[in-house]
Amino acid sequence: MAQGQFTDGIVAGRLAPPDYSANFSDLHPPLDQHEALVESDRCYFCYDAPCMQACPTSIDIPLFIREISTGNPLGAAKTIFDQNILGGMCARVCPTETLCEEACVRETAEGKPVQIGRLQRFATDVAMGAGRQFYQRAADTGKSVAIVGAGPAGLACAHRLSMLGHAVTVLDARPKPGGLNEYGIAAYKTPNGFAQAEVDYITGIGGITIENDKALGRDFSVSGLLEEHDAVFLGMGLAGVNALRAEGEEAHNVENAVDFIATLRQASDLSGIRIGRRVVVVGGGMTAVDAAVQARLLGAEEVTIAYRRGRESMNASAFEQDLAASKGVKIRHWVQPRRVLTEGGEVTGVELEYTSFEDGRLSGTGQTLVIEADQVFKAIGQNFVAAPLNGSGEKIAVEGGRIAVDGEGRTTMPRVWAGGDCVGVGEDLTVSAVAQGRDAAMSIHKALIG
Amino acid sequence: MADIRSDFLGIKSPNPFWLASAPPTDKAYNVVRAFQAGWGGVVWKTLGEEGPPVVNVNGPRYGAIWGADRRLLGLNNIELITDRQLQVNLQEMKQVKRDWPDRAIIASIMVPCEEHAWKAILPLVEETEVDGIELNFGCPHGMSERGMGSAVGQVPEYIEMVARWCKQYTRMPVIVKLTPNITDIRYPARAAKRGGADAVSLINTISSIVSVDLDDFAPQPTIDGKGSHGGYCGPAVKPIALNMVAEIARDPETRGLPISGIGGVTTWRDAAEFMALGAGNVQVCTAAMTYGFKIVQEMITGLSNWMDSKGHQRLEDFIGRATPNVTDWQYLNLNYVTKAHIDQDLCIKCGRCHIACEDTSHQAITNMLDGVRHFEVIEEECVGCNLCVNVCPVQDCITMERLAPGDLDRRTGKVVEPTYANWTTHPNNPMHREAPVQVPEPAE
Ligand SMILES: Cc1cc2nc3c(=O)[nH]c(=O)nc-3n(C[C@H](O)[C@H](O)[C@H](O)COP(=O)(O)OP(=O)(O)OC[C@H]3O[C@@H](n4cnc5c(N)ncnc54)[C@H](O)[C@@H]3O)c2cc1C
Ligand SMILES: Cc1cc2nc3c(=O)[nH]c(=O)nc-3n(C[C@H](O)[C@H](O)[C@H](O)COP(=O)(O)O)c2cc1C
Ligand code: SF4
Ligand code: SF4
Ligand code: SF4
Repeated sequence: MAQGQFTDGIVAGRLAPPDYSANFSDLHPPLDQHEALVESDRCYFCYDAPCMQACPTSIDIPLFIREISTGNPLGAAKTIFDQNILGGMCARVCPTETLCEEACVRETAEGKPVQIGRLQRFATDVAMGAGRQFYQRAADTGKSVAIVGAGPAGLACAHRLSMLGHAVTVLDARPKPGGLNEYGIAAYKTPNGFAQAEVDYITGIGGITIENDKALGRDFSVSGLLEEHDAVFLGMGLAGVNALRAEGEEAHNVENAVDFIATLRQASDLSGIRIGRRVVVVGGGMTAVDAAVQARLLGAEEVTIAYRRGRESMNASAFEQDLAASKGVKIRHWVQPRRVLTEGGEVTGVELEYTSFEDGRLSGTGQTLVIEADQVFKAIGQNFVAAPLNGSGEKIAVEGGRIAVDGEGRTTMPRVWAGGDCVGVGEDLTVSAVAQGRDAAMSIHKALIG
Repeated sequence: MADIRSDFLGIKSPNPFWLASAPPTDKAYNVVRAFQAGWGGVVWKTLGEEGPPVVNVNGPRYGAIWGADRRLLGLNNIELITDRQLQVNLQEMKQVKRDWPDRAIIASIMVPCEEHAWKAILPLVEETEVDGIELNFGCPHGMSERGMGSAVGQVPEYIEMVARWCKQYTRMPVIVKLTPNITDIRYPARAAKRGGADAVSLINTISSIVSVDLDDFAPQPTIDGKGSHGGYCGPAVKPIALNMVAEIARDPETRGLPISGIGGVTTWRDAAEFMALGAGNVQVCTAAMTYGFKIVQEMITGLSNWMDSKGHQRLEDFIGRATPNVTDWQYLNLNYVTKAHIDQDLCIKCGRCHIACEDTSHQAITNMLDGVRHFEVIEEECVGCNLCVNVCPVQDCITMERLAPGDLDRRTGKVVEPTYANWTTHPNNPMHREAPVQVPEPAE
């Protein structure tokens, strides 16, 4: 029997079984052939297209859309993959409303951009569905590269290097490859095992070995890798989670949003996941929204996002905020957590303090409110954990909490490159990680081939 | 309220919108629906000789080309004239005319090019009391192989001869429908006039292959692996038809000959353009076949509102008003200088104007200004060709602005002359004359 929304505490199975699959189905359902043709006809084939400039991987968007419109989806897919081998995932998870679609001239013209993301998905689905591999490996160069982290950055780097003829070994601490594609992205953005299917598609080129359950700093070191390989790429993402610095945060039932999401993503049966009746998520980014929305979709009655600044400062895009609202999540602005209230070790609520922006600083007003809660998720940001780099000496410089790199992704340590969330450039997005991984691969290639 | 009642050769109809002879006018059922929808008149689907009617193919008869969003731009057909018994058609025509006395009904006829054949059919048609006849000399496929349709329309002598027979054997007004599948439309029009025809109508369809099936390697529509050329019509043919209408309207030999304008008429605006060039009314086929009969409502209100806004009270107030402004290239004023101008508030920065001008024209539009995406006309380079206006997706965003006499044309470094000067006097013209030849005024 479904527990329903009104059972107190943290329980599994709040919903009836069919509700889970309905709730977690595709957020943006795929375009069918007719829809894709109608939509592709809207593209103006702009010169030096603004959408393309807004894409971190610079996909030739007008060209691939024109290819779709002329009945050539395979050509379209290749145009996409040429720039972004994770074009399938990016089509699903990119916040297009702040990237290509925001820049689309039809957004300027009539507030309705061409649906670039969904068209991209259409084309990549056709190619991946047909198992079509577009790239052949160049002749073996005899060089080998080790990649730490099988997330978007690592995978993009691996594919490009393999294409150029290098042997690639990818090492990842987690049991499955994919990084946050597998463990982080909201379930309704990438349903039906797409993340693993994409990893298989990428490694289908050959020459890439992925070794899971291998953690840098525990099982191997950067200097060790450099003994066996000609170059190393670090795409380790952000392993740490920022603390709330609120009293009582160590209480039982105060969890990291990313851990909750990872558990959810790995669950074979969503009805087995326990969720509170009243949930508070602290934070204002994509992780906060994803945690809050998925809590609602699992049957939580009341879900509140508590964010310490105003709407416009939220890292979650307007689209994401609207999504949260449409799923019944309440977003409270200008409040920061002071205390997690507990009774007998169980969370009962969160005491929040109102904030305001004065003299250029955010500060508490002293006034408080209490929101009842039996589960709290922390989503105030992830951070880079530099410890595993230890043993490499001081050679890999960290700046502003992330690995310092130059324009080509080179770290301060010779033969070591880095990209993705673990470096301090670009936005923390899948597509930026892909761009950095790919570009680092080109730089590595240049260095190895001379 | 403008009066849009039409009088064409004395044939009255509540508006100038007729359906052309084609499937929409194939039988009473369609025609009655058309009249219910508001059409002013119809030219009944072409009648053939008495006896067993022609047969149509039993596979696809149409092919098309499309614009964005699969808007039909051009239609191709391999249909023949009516495939129903002559008597059935005549009975229905008579009944419908009786039921709808205020609407125009014209009988379209195509019989062999022999006097007895025309002499035989005309009294039968006359007996139906329809308003007139249209001689189908236009159909480019199927019938022409049998020595009818465009096979006749391509030989001016035959046109003249058949028109003369018709004038001789009937008192009904005679309209000759012209085929565009000739090099100079004035010849068949002149022949029709010489034969005594009361009017010409044009155009019929243009010989065409609309597409090729790349799996079967056959023209489309494909019938059992083969295809044949068909007749092309719809919005795509409008420019060709407009030109032909203008050619006849301004030809000294045919000037004043009434014209029924046909070819791609889809909106009230298309109709007004045909009429401005000299057509007394218009006929429509493809637009009705694409959208159904209701489109006539848009045509009626559109034409009437436009006339009101311009102060035209009756159709005659604007019919033929554009004809005197159609001239030959050599008479165009070379001292008329324009430059493109981009309205920055309307510009959505798609860059199409830039790349069109940059790659294929005169390198006269920027794409950057101070490192920012910005499209602006470089007057020093702009020849005023209008390409950018045509490729810009935003209406009225790029306009052509005339340089006033006395202004400096920054491309040529010359001051714009206030006078009219054309190619006939241009020094580069090996046959140039001293004084400009003015456009010949049409005789009234
Ligand atoms: C909840 C959530 C939702 C998100 N939603 C979106 C979204 O909708 N759209 C979007 O564009 N972006 C989204 N992002 C951001 C996006 O997921 C990241 O920017 C992207 O995954 C970064 O890729 P990466 O390859 O740098 O790192 P990751 O994807 O984090 O991959 C890093 C990999 O390195 C491995 N690793 C870490 N440390 C070690 C070690 N010591 N040894 C070996 N391996 C190690 C990890 O196991 C992991 O597999 C979201 C992020 C989160 C947390
Ligand atoms: C399917 C079809 C059948 C036609 N049959 C005839 C016909 O029997 N007699 C005729 O005079 N014109 C015929 N036409 C030509 C039309 O009357 C008209 O001249 C032509 O289609 C151009 O007008 P439009 O662009 O409005 O379609 C036919 C056109 C089509 C599409
Ligand atoms: S900006 Fe929009 S219209 Fe222009 S090329 Fe990109 S998707 Fe097409
Ligand atoms: S009018 Fe012609 S030459 Fe002038 S800017 Fe436009 S395209 Fe270029
Ligand atoms: S084509 Fe029109 S909208 Fe596009 S950049 Fe040029 S002026 Fe602007």
